[in-house]
Amino acid sequence: MIGQIAIVLFDGFAFGMLLFVLSVGLSVTLGLMNFINLAHGAFGMLGGYVTVLAMRQLGLPFLLALPAAFLTAALVSVVFERTLFRRLYKAGELNQVLFTIGVVFVAAAVATYAFGTVQQVIILPSWLRGSVEVFGLRLGVYRIFLIAIALAVTALLVFGLERTRLGAQIRAAVDNQRMAQGLGLDVERIFAITFALGSGLAGLGGALAIEIVGLDPSFGFHYLVYVLIVVAVGGLGSITGSFVGAALLGIGDVAGKYFVPEIGSFLIYLLLVAILFVRPLGLFGKR
Amino acid sequence: MTSLDSANQKPHAWLARQSRWSPLEIAFWLATLLPFYFFPTYLTLASQIAITALFAISVDLILGYAGIVTLGHAMFFGLGAYAAGLLSVYGWGEPISGLLFAAAIAGLAGWLASFVIVRVQHLALIMITLGLGFLTYELANAMTWLTGGTDGLRGIRTWPIFNYFRFDLWGYTAYSYSLAALFLGFLLSRRIVNSSFGLALRGVRENVRRMPAIGSDYRRHLQKIYVISAAIAGTAGGLLAQTTNVVALDALGFQRSADVVVMLILGGTGRLYGAIVGAVIFLVARDQLAGINPQYWYFWIGLLLMFVVLVMPKGILGGLASLAARWRGRG
Repeated sequence: MIGQIAIVLFDGFAFGMLLFVLSVGLSVTLGLMNFINLAHGAFGMLGGYVTVLAMRQLGLPFLLALPAAFLTAALVSVVFERTLFRRLYKAGELNQVLFTIGVVFVAAAVATYAFGTVQQVIILPSWLRGSVEVFGLRLGVYRIFLIAIALAVTALLVFGLERTRLGAQIRAAVDNQRMAQGLGLDVERIFAITFALGSGLAGLGGALAIEIVGLDPSFGFHYLVYVLIVVAVGGLGSITGSFVGAALLGIGDVAGKYFVPEIGSFLIYLLLVAILFVRPLGLFGKR
Repeated sequence: MTSLDSANQKPHAWLARQSRWSPLEIAFWLATLLPFYFFPTYLTLASQIAITALFAISVDLILGYAGIVTLGHAMFFGLGAYAAGLLSVYGWGEPISGLLFAAAIAGLAGWLASFVIVRVQHLALIMITLGLGFLTYELANAMTWLTGGTDGLRGIRTWPIFNYFRFDLWGYTAYSYSLAALFLGFLLSRRIVNSSFGLALRGVRENVRRMPAIGSDYRRHLQKIYVISAAIAGTAGGLLAQTTNVVALDALGFQRSADVVVMLILGGTGRLYGAIVGAVIFLVARDQLAGINPQYWYFWIGLLLMFVVLVMPKGILGGLASLAARWRGRG
């Protein structure tokens, strides 16, 4: 029994780390511009398909396909941001929601046109397959890899935000955009960079997700809900919040589906509504 | 609606002037009778459109007028559908009392949900509506013994309306019934938005913080309109259950919540005819295009959404209205 719980905790945490990589970018960009970007999951899907293409057509190894996914998602997202999304920063949230849902619809249709509705699979290098035994528990190697990457990303993000010049600018802009602008910071440029980084992370998340949850044209929609839960529960613009929210959701989701499969998803949504009822700004939200 | 004009009038006179029927409106409602004569083979579709239009009106009341952005309103539609359907399965198939029952159940759920809704704004509000929608869906999915789960609720038998009008294969009765319900729901909503209560709602939409300052209890207003909207959505769901004699899980699905918001933005939010026009355009286009391929249908809907938001933020009717205003200003 204890072994089962430990395995569920481990798998849940690994899933949570995947959700963290997928969603942390949205949390920061939402905190920066209050722009509700529902197309965030679509950038994740883009990263996933780039990985599939890079490995199948170009024969790139998995570890090189990951940065390719990151870069492509970042580049494409910044083009969208500069040409389309920036027109909507001053628009109401309804318009932002609808516009970005439109992007998701189009992305799903394009993915169906290009790849069909089948689940995509990739062949992992042999050292990522199988499992190892730690303290009598069989842990999936890929999941350990996933957790390691997510922790590295977290460390990079925290270091970047706390210790670099750009990080200080981003924090200033999140805390008080007007004041930051008044001090001469180019908030639009900061935002474009943050948006590219955040969407790139989503692309990386999409690439990492193929092995765990699969990849098909509905990815943008399906994981959007998870991503939004992480962001709303964690609180806008908070990396700690996203981390805790993602870990909670991942463990809750896996545990719910493992122990009470009939009502597992129900409990997740109940928890979401309850948390937002008590703390509308999320667990770590400041405003 | 310039403020200078209205300031010089008695408020009630202004409200009465706002709610006068224009010839265009009368022509519009006469036109809803056309399918009986010109497209008798499409009456089933027409009935679906009337039901969806009623649902869209219910969403317009809270989204367009009170400014509550919701992505989970299908929960009330689905609750109404299951309420009416279950009532019939357990032996009472009288349609009109069934509709009232559906409205009451959905309204009750709306009343409970409204306490959560008025507490939150922005992203949290969207997430709560989304969460409540998924919650209801998963609940219905899990309670297979009651709802039939993924197989859908079967065995619904709807008795003839007034014990006389049978539901026929061609949909004459179904369309008349749905159209009558739509018209009544429209009259009620029209009365609401042209009342002082409707004005208070618009005040909440424009500036929540100022409403308490002028002595308006905005939370109670929001709760009230949310319950009314939920009850109307439940009625629409009940209509669907009674006219099709089946309730599937997708009555509660996210797709339905998203589609109805898309219809609203297409037609134009904050105007009741926008909801109806949006529903007509959306469903007729889907009927014509989805036969080719449902995935590509969403491609076009997505493009259309992006276009409407960027170019015509007030929707098709809003765009037409501002065009008309410009034309009148020139002439």
